Formats: sequence, structure tokens, C-alpha cells
Amino acid sequence: MSSSSYTSDEMMAVSASRALRDGQTCFVGIGLPSTAANLARATHAPGLVLIYESGTIGAKPGSLPLSIGDGILAQTADAVVSVPEIFNYWLQPGRIDIGFLGAAQIDKFGNINTTVIGGDYGKPKVRLPGAGGAPEIAASCREVIVVVRQTRRSFVERVDFVTSVGYGSGPGDREQLGLTGAGPQKIITDLGVLEPDPATLEFTLTGVYPGVSVAEVRARTGWDLAVAPGLAVIAPPSAAELAALHELQTRSAS
Amino acid sequence: MAQIVSLTEAVRLAVRDGDAVAMEGFTHLIPFAAGHEVIRQGRRDLTLIRMTPDVIYDQLIGAGCARKLIFSWGGNPGVGSLHRFRDAVENGWPVPLELEEHSHAGMANRYVAGASGLPFAVLRGYNGTGLAAAGSIRPISCPFTGETLTAVSALRPDVAIIHAQRADRLGNVQLWGITGVQKEAVLSSKRAVVTVEEIVDSLEPRADAVVLPAWTVSYVAPVPDGARPSYALGYSVRDNDYYATWDAISRDRDAFAAWLAEIR
Repeated sequence: MSSSSYTSDEMMAVSASRALRDGQTCFVGIGLPSTAANLARATHAPGLVLIYESGTIGAKPGSLPLSIGDGILAQTADAVVSVPEIFNYWLQPGRIDIGFLGAAQIDKFGNINTTVIGGDYGKPKVRLPGAGGAPEIAASCREVIVVVRQTRRSFVERVDFVTSVGYGSGPGDREQLGLTGAGPQKIITDLGVLEPDPATLEFTLTGVYPGVSVAEVRARTGWDLAVAPGLAVIAPPSAAELAALHELQTRSAS
Repeated sequence: MAQIVSLTEAVRLAVRDGDAVAMEGFTHLIPFAAGHEVIRQGRRDLTLIRMTPDVIYDQLIGAGCARKLIFSWGGNPGVGSLHRFRDAVENGWPVPLELEEHSHAGMANRYVAGASGLPFAVLRGYNGTGLAAAGSIRPISCPFTGETLTAVSALRPDVAIIHAQRADRLGNVQLWGITGVQKEAVLSSKRAVVTVEEIVDSLEPRADAVVLPAWTVSYVAPVPDGARPSYALGYSVRDNDYYATWDAISRDRDAFAAWLAEIR
């Protein structure tokens, strides 16, 4: 398959979908994470349990929802619970395997900012939507995977505002803060995959997509990105993966 | 006991200048028609409370109804920014907007505390985040284990406004599908307004429904399609195209002014 037969966003969605395993429970953020989670369910993980913060548990949408509360989520769910219940009974005790999040800005320790960029909090340059469910998803899911397009502006040394904690300032911070989940295990971008260095917890490049150079990834990272030994070249989307993604998108557009 | 009145009457009687107003509905059952009526009646200096301000509060903020916003996620779901909200925060237009910002878990628990008649709720949350500095968030020590948890202060709105599928002639209300935090919003508020798709002679019991007895509701107003562009499961579907269209209206002050002139 030639490299021009899929886009970098499609590669990212496929790559993110592969990070989910059949039978896992997954708390899904809207946008890129939702696309990837639904793709996983349509391909290798039909038993993936999708949980949205609107209170829909085990949603099985046949098309991609625009919001976390589209009717299709409630109509196909195993259970629909209230918003206090989804956070208190389901997320908080650590019942959910994977938190699947997006980000506006992310730093080398996987801390996420979706609140403000530039200026100060009271007079920001850019006011972003804010936290939503992300702080507690990042704190309490057993593991977290972040899906985000990679730019120098979005991948920074230190986020302007910590909305959701990754590894804080490094090893020991999550334990000290009493965060029960293991924290972010992967950042999946439109260039490749970053994973925390086991010793420093700093995100390092562990895989690139076909045709992407390390220099290109480093140029689109706002910190001095380390490259893991044995850097992988990630397999391009299979015909089946691309077909499933296109079908989801076609159904969603109609 | 609930009075069944027109939407105009319900808003006139229940919402006063300076009130803390919680319009809830988590993507589903958003009380848009009631929000438009608040704009029409020119209410000012409101403290608007809502987990997901969404397009409905973008409209109220742009119309200059709000002095303060208490919220946890202020975006246009699946589309992008709320530009009236951003203009108010970034530029103070049309009036400055004070923010009290939380996470969803925090907001949900603040309503639970209000509905429970407690001064605060306890959760595991906010540790290590920039949000933890807010005055309504405090560390608290568990009296049994000594573990440090987080307390959030109760929400006690002056008035809650929600939309539901139906009510009976006594004002008992029934809603189903994604019911979000509406029960807690109504039970934590001094007054409650419910707009409904229809008023029926008697409510057929549904196992999956939230029921708000008439004595927990102040005013019920029949407003068919009163959630549009949000939706009422079983009655309408979400108008996703409108959410995308709103982006262009909201982005530009003049386009918004034209929209506002039509609503008024």
C-alpha cells in the first residue's frame, strides 16, 4: 500500500485504536479518542466497553457521535446512569481500565492543559473549554492514553495550566498526590507514539509512522525529545482498518 | 405544588435579576426555549451555573445576562469553542464574566451536596491540578483513616430550569434517556421551572425514568420542541448541524447581534 493512500489523521486513528484491547473498559473523550475507540470496536475489539461521561455505559454506536450525549449512545448502551453516578460509582473507585483523552496542550510529563493558554488565568490569551471529566479520568482510570495532533505549540516543556495530571514534575508525584491510576502510558499523535521513559517518566519517542523522520517529530516537539532505543516503525493502516474507518465516517456524515 | 403556566409566566415568576440560575441537561434535554425567554425578558447580573455551558449559555453570555459563570466544560461539543464565552473572558464583551471553574466530577458532587442538604461533598479529585486553588475546593481529612480527600462546597441555586419529556396535569414530571444531573439540580434549588414536550392526563410509569413529584417543582410550562437544537429522546433528534452553524454566528459580534435581534 502506498503512503499516499491514507492521511496522517487516519494513521493516528488506526494507531490509537490498536492501543485498545478487546474486553477492556474505556472511558472515552469526544473527538479523536471517540473516533479511535469506535474504530477499535468495529475491528479487533468488538467487546470493548465504551463509557461516556454522559452516563452511557457500554454504548455501541454504529456511527460516530458528535457529542458525548448523542441519542445513539443512550439507545445502544447497556445502562444509562446519572452524571453523579458515572463519576462517583464507576470512575472514582478505579473500575475503568483505560481513560482515552484528547488535549490542547501536553507536556513532557504528560500533564494536560485544556483550560487557558498564554497570559494569566484571569486574562488569558486563549480561553479553552476547561476540564470536563478529564482531571478525574486522568487520576482514576487504571491507565490513560492521550490522542492529540503533534505541533510545537501543543507539545510543550511545561503546560501553561495543569488541568489533568500526568506525572506532575516526575517520578513520585502521582503517589504523593494520591492519584490511584498509573497515569498516561501512551501519547498517540499524527506522527507516531510517545511513551514514558521507565526511569524519568519523561515522554520519549518509541514509534513513528511509515515515512516520518525522527527529525520531523523533534521539530514538532517543544521539548528536547529523546528517542527510545529500538525505535519502531508502526505498520500502516490495513485495508480492513481503513475500510472500517471510512464506513464509520460515512455513516456519521449521513 | 407545581403550577402549570406559560413559558413567559414561568420565567417571569421564577427568575429575577441577580439570581443564581442552573439550566441543566447534559447534551440531552437542554432547556433552550427557556434560555431564550430569559434573554427576551432581559434578565441581568445572573450567576449562571451549568456543567457544560454549551450553546445555550453562549447565547445568554453574549446577550449580557450573566455576571458570573460556574461551570466545568465550556465548549461547543464536537465543534470547538464557544466564542461568546471566550469574548467575555478574553475581552470582557459585552460585560466581564467572573468564572468559578470545576471538573465535571466536582460540579456533579456540588449538586449532590445541595440536593442532600449538606454544606459540601467529598471526592477524590483536583489533586495536583491548577483548578484546586478555587475557593470552593478544599482538602479535607477523612475522620476514619486520615486520608486527605477533596471537599467541594454545595451548590444552592435560586432557580433550576430543565426540560423534560412530559408532565401530568398535576405537574408531576417524567424524563428519561440521558438524565445528567437534572434531579440534583432541581432538588438543590429554591425554585424549579420545567418545560415539557407535552402534558398528558396521566404518566405511564417507565422503569428508566426519573420522576420529579409535583411538589418538588414550582412551574411547569408546555413547550413542544423546547430543547432544540438539543433533543428530547423519543420526541426529537439532536440538530448536530445547528451546533456547527452556531460556530459562525458566535464567532462574529455582528452575526451574533443579528441572531439576538431575531430572538428578542
